[in-house]
This record gives sequence, structure tokens and C-alpha cells, in this order.
Amino acid sequence: MKYQIAILVENKPGVLTHVSGLISRRAFNIETINAGYTEEDDVTRINIVVNASDNMELNKVIHQMAKLIDVIKIVNISELPSISRELILVKVKADSPGVRADIVNIANIFRAHIVDVGHQNVVIELTGEQDKLAALVDMLGCYEVLEIARTGPVALSRGITPIKNM
Amino acid sequence: MRINGARAVIESLKNEDVEIVFGYPGGAVLTLYDEIYKTKFPHILTKHEQGAVHAADGYARATGKIGVCIATSGPGATNLITGIATANIDSIPLVCITGQVATPFIGRDSFQEADVCGITSPITKHNYLVRDVRELSRVLKEAFFIAGTGRPGPVVIDIAKDVFAAEVDYEYPAEVNLRGYSGKYIGNEKDLDKAVKLLKQAEKPLVFVGGGVVSSGTYISFREFINMLGIPVTSTLMGLGCVEPEQKGNLGMAGMHGSYAANMAIMQCDLLIGIGVRFDDRVTGIMKEFAPKAKIIQFDIDYAEVNKNVVSYLSVIGDLRWSLPLLCKKTKIYAEKIKKNSAQWIDYVIKMHKNNPFSYKKSDNHIMAQEIIEKTAELTENDTIAVTDVGQHQMWAAQFFKVYGPRHFITSGGLGTMGYGLPAAMGAKIGCPDKAVVLFTGDGSIMMNCQEMATLADYDINVKIIVIHNHVLGMVTQWQRMFYGKRYSQSILNSKADIVKIAQAMGIKGIRIDEKTDLIKILKQTLAQQGPALIDVNVPDTEDVLPMVPGGKRLDQMIMESEAANK
Ligand SMILES: Cc1ncc(C[n+]2csc(CCOP(=O)(O)OP(=O)(O)O)c2C)c(N)n1
Repeated sequence: MKYQIAILVENKPGVLTHVSGLISRRAFNIETINAGYTEEDDVTRINIVVNASDNMELNKVIHQMAKLIDVIKIVNISELPSISRELILVKVKADSPGVRADIVNIANIFRAHIVDVGHQNVVIELTGEQDKLAALVDMLGCYEVLEIARTGPVALSRGITPIKNM
Repeated sequence: MRINGARAVIESLKNEDVEIVFGYPGGAVLTLYDEIYKTKFPHILTKHEQGAVHAADGYARATGKIGVCIATSGPGATNLITGIATANIDSIPLVCITGQVATPFIGRDSFQEADVCGITSPITKHNYLVRDVRELSRVLKEAFFIAGTGRPGPVVIDIAKDVFAAEVDYEYPAEVNLRGYSGKYIGNEKDLDKAVKLLKQAEKPLVFVGGGVVSSGTYISFREFINMLGIPVTSTLMGLGCVEPEQKGNLGMAGMHGSYAANMAIMQCDLLIGIGVRFDDRVTGIMKEFAPKAKIIQFDIDYAEVNKNVVSYLSVIGDLRWSLPLLCKKTKIYAEKIKKNSAQWIDYVIKMHKNNPFSYKKSDNHIMAQEIIEKTAELTENDTIAVTDVGQHQMWAAQFFKVYGPRHFITSGGLGTMGYGLPAAMGAKIGCPDKAVVLFTGDGSIMMNCQEMATLADYDINVKIIVIHNHVLGMVTQWQRMFYGKRYSQSILNSKADIVKIAQAMGIKGIRIDEKTDLIKILKQTLAQQGPALIDVNVPDTEDVLPMVPGGKRLDQMIMESEAANK
């Protein structure tokens, strides 16, 4: 099972390594991980997706992480009503007018944006849920994909309560 | 007060009531050592940083205070690693202060640079790299708070060389403010009520006590609970001393080398109350078959311990200082009922233990290791602190030394660190100068940090070292004998090194005992003398620690002495 977890941590050097080190040491596979600023200057939010066999296994790692002094809050977002998004940038080879038109079409259907065009390539940007991104990548598979960059999903719970107050 | 960083460290140590530090100087901490010189701060110079950290650990285990050690950057700091890991797995509070290269040199592979925070992060409760002198007092305050509260553990403070020299307006913070850590764990009273209910229903209850009761200082409540209900108790290696040796229903240690009755009782009980135990694999036998008939209740301060190794039916999470007194209070009214329900079981278990005590083959010619431990126990006061190294002698000490109170049996449980004993014994004696300290060690283990005998001599630290000399890496040969077709690969020592002469060369008394008739006399004499001494006793090389639960077996599949004799 894949689980999405949000971790609020002190914005200090080394914390991300601490968290990721602990997860991998306990033999969990981190699918994606990203960290970014939050509404508070000194708090970083780490978003991770991990693979765990079940809730009990997941809770083990959550409890281990909760022990880290720099971890302020940790929440299993998969348990909550939430919105999850991931950003992808795809660079595709487009050296003929026909291919270029195809790709623009595909981008439109996915409501993606063409964010850069060159003589030989285009770059497409798309934000959405993971399966939508996967569908785009699948479609573009018929063309020559030169490069992909993805953020990994980030998620927020629905409703008025921020996870720091949960 | 305008002072430099080094002085700020010293002032902070004073503010934390630190009595003494163990350490070893070097380039990155010279400014700190200069302040130690100027302020005459009590310091023990060990011969190796590993000695310093184990000594701080032994001091902490014996006193319940926080142990402090100091090392320089790079090799000094990395020499602490084994000791930090040892303390971490046994939840021992330490503050380790290491020097780091000056801030402009950090991250450049500078001379004597090592990434101490990176290296120690998996084996510490927390760690800090201090690059700014203005953070120093806050970090020290936090470090002591974190090390000593909640589930205790080691904290490393890595301080850049220039921070020691930089000036600061020193003020020690009055309190700690950490968003992610409170150090207080008050649990849910409803869980306790559920525990009491289960107790009321139980017919075959068993208590399983561990190091958590030692570190939380709750053995008085714990004993009150046991006495009140008369429930049989078994202990982990780390929990030895929580139960009085003469307590009715005390089954001694459980697990791989636990008593027959303890292991059988675990397999047969219908309620197992684990208090401050983490169900380490050395104690459970095959985990899935641990206490198969029992509902397990787990009392622990640490959420992460719940269902980590064995699945519990109920967990009471919270500080034992909260839960144990409340448990006593809540069970009191049902005490008679609980006793009555389990009367048959209690008799059965006590009889089982009486018929199957820890025992060994006696010999007319040879001095037996177990005998040395038994005799030493008889010849010493009840408040003697026994320290061990790791191996067969450690298990025999756990089986045969009578431990009268918590903090009186000091051993490396979780990591099983050979070389731990001598420096830990030194730290224990420094922390408890009024108590006798005896170290049981093996001819393998003693060599791992034998240089610290010189520290005993230099400071005249009255530790009595008893080397149980079987000329082999005993625990290794036992496994090779049992599971590797008696192929004694690299485990026969028969070393040419003369341990008695090493002791003498290091400046302490050394005596050898070969003859059985000399044992008591020399033991008695040596234990009564002032000052450090080493006794080297020759014992047979083919003894096994029994009972033994082989790896991958259930606790009731022990190999017993009688069976081993027939193999
Ligand atoms: C640092 C370290 N290295 C290796 C081991 C593995 N080990 C466990 S017991 C043992 C033998 C100990 O021999 P000795 O100290 O002579 O004690 P004995 O078992 O003979 O009583 C060894 C090598 C260990 N526990 N620690």
C-alpha cells in the first residue's frame, strides 16, 4: 500500500536527512519525498509517499519519526479527506510540424501548458493527481520523451483545520 | 557575563550540576581544556575515548544522573561511536561534547574533520552542530533536557573550534522550548482501567520487567505492585535488581539464557504484563510463539515500542512514574480477588522454579565460572555494584549474582559490547564511591579496553576486576560447539599475554588463582583490600551457558543442563 504522509519539522539543516534516513533504516521504501516552506518561517513541510504493507507497519515508522526531536507534527494524510497534487515537466522532441501539432493537441486535452518551445522540442507542464500525470506520460510515450522532472505529490487536508492543529 | 564559548560550556555543566566529566583532549577542544584547567573542573583522563564514553555510561547507569564525556574532532569523536550506540540501545542518558573543526573549515575534508552529526544521527536521541556561540547555552540546556527526560538517551553536541574561542554574553536559559518534544508522557487512564480489568480476570498472570523500571526510578511502586498481588515475575537482563532476589515468585531472567521456570511461565501464562520491556529478540525466542496463550499488556513510555516486536493486546503508554503508582492504587481493592484467582498458578510456578533453579556441574578439581560469581556474591555486601563485559561470564553473572536493587547490575544489554565492562565499572565507582564495584569479565573482553587499567591506577579507583579466564572466546565456542560442528574458528585464545602482568604493568595489583583451594581466601583478601586489583581465575574451557534457547526456537524448547551432558 502507498501512504501519503505530511511531516512538519523545524527548518534546520540536516532534518530532511534525519527523517529520510530513519525511514530507510527501518526498511521502508520511500516512493517520493519533497520538502518546502510553509506559512511559518521556521517550519518546513516534508511530504512523503511510502510503501508499507499495512497500517500497522506504517504506524511503526510514524511513531519512530515522531520521536525525532525536530519533528513537530506528523500526520497520515491518506486517512483524511484531502487534495493531492503533483507537478510534472516533460521535454519532448518535436522536430516536425506534424509532431508539434500532435503534442499541442495532447497538451490541450490534458489541460496542460506548453511552457517552452524550441525548433526541436517543447516543454509541457501539468499539475494534477498522480494518475492524470501518468496518463499524460503514457500518451507522450508515442513520441520521443527527452527528459522528465516530477515533484512527487503534495497534499492538504480538506476543511478548516490545518494539520498542525490536529 | 561576557565569556568565551569554552567557559560557557563549563558554566552550563555547572548549571546542570555535572560533578565530573570523562574525556580526552585534542586540537579542536584545546580551548575547552584550557577552561577545564583554569576552573579546575573535575575531569578523568581515560586512555582512549571509548573508555571515556563507557565510563560516562557506567556513571549514568549507577547514579541515574546524566553522564558527560568530551572528545576532540575527527578520530576523537569517532572513537566514541561504539559507546554512544551502546548507551542508545539501552536508553542511557549521556551528553557527549565533541570538538569540530573551525566553521570556515567545515565540509572541506579538513584535518581531523568527520561529519559527527551525520555519523551519530542513527545512534543518538538527538544531536547538534554548533556553529554560532550565541546558540551554545540554549543547545546545552536542551541537550541535558533531552538526554534525561522521557525515554533517556545519548545526545551529541558537536562544537566548532572557533565557537569555543568566540565571546558571548552568557546567560543560561531557565527553560526549554521545543515544539516537537515535551519530555512528559502522561497516558490515558482508561487504558489502565482496562489493564486492571484484565488482571481481575486472569488466572495465570505473569509480570515481565525491564530496564524501563530502572531508568524511570519506579522500582518502589513496582515492588509494591508485585508484593500486593504475589504475581510471579521474570526480568530481562536490563531489569535485574527491580525484584528482590528473595521475593517469592521471582523467576529471575527470561529469554535465551533465562531460567526454566521463567521461560515456561511465559509460554503458559494467560496474561503477560510487560513493564518497561522492549521484547528484544534475545528474550522472546521465536517471536510469533512468544507467550502464545497470553493477552499481552505493554507498559511503556515510548509509542514506538508498541507492536514493534510482539503484538500486544493492550498498551498503556506513558511514563511509568505516572502509570505504576496509579496501577497500584487501582488494583488495591481487587488484590484479594486477583490473588485468589491465581493462587494455583502461583504455587505451580514457584514449585517449578524451585525444582529447576539455575545450576551447574560442580567439580572437585576445577574452579567453575559460576562458582566464582556465586562466591563473590556471598563475599560482598548487598549494595555491591556488579558490572560485566559480554560473553558467557555475563550470562552467568546474570544468573548467579544476587542483585538487590536497580542500578546494581551494569551490563551492555542491547548492543552486547565487549570492552564495555572495565571503563563502565570505573564510571560506576566514580559515581558511587561508597559502594563496592566488582567487574566480571572474560579473557577476550578485558583485552578490548585493558588500557583503562592504567586509568584505575592513575586515579586510584577502587574497582575489583575478576577475569573468568577460560582461554577461549567462550560464547563463540559455545555456538561453534552447538551449531558449527565444533569447528572453533578463531575462538581459541590461549594467549601468551599475561593478564596479571598487564595489570601490574598498568599500576594495579594483579593476582592469579589456579588452585581451587585458594579461591575463597584470595577473593576475600582482595575484595577487602583498598585500591584497584585484578584477579585472574583459570576455569575450564568447555562449559556452556544453560539453559539455552537456540535461535529460531520457542522459549519452551530450551536445552537444559541434563540434556547437554548427554550430547
Ligand atoms: C566488540 C564485540 N566484538 C565481538 C563480539 C562477539 N562476541 C560475543 S561474546 C564473545 C566472546 C567473549 O569472550 P570473553 O570475553 O572471553 O568471554 P566468555 O564468553 O569467554 O566468558 C564475542 C567475540 C561482541 N559481543 N562485541
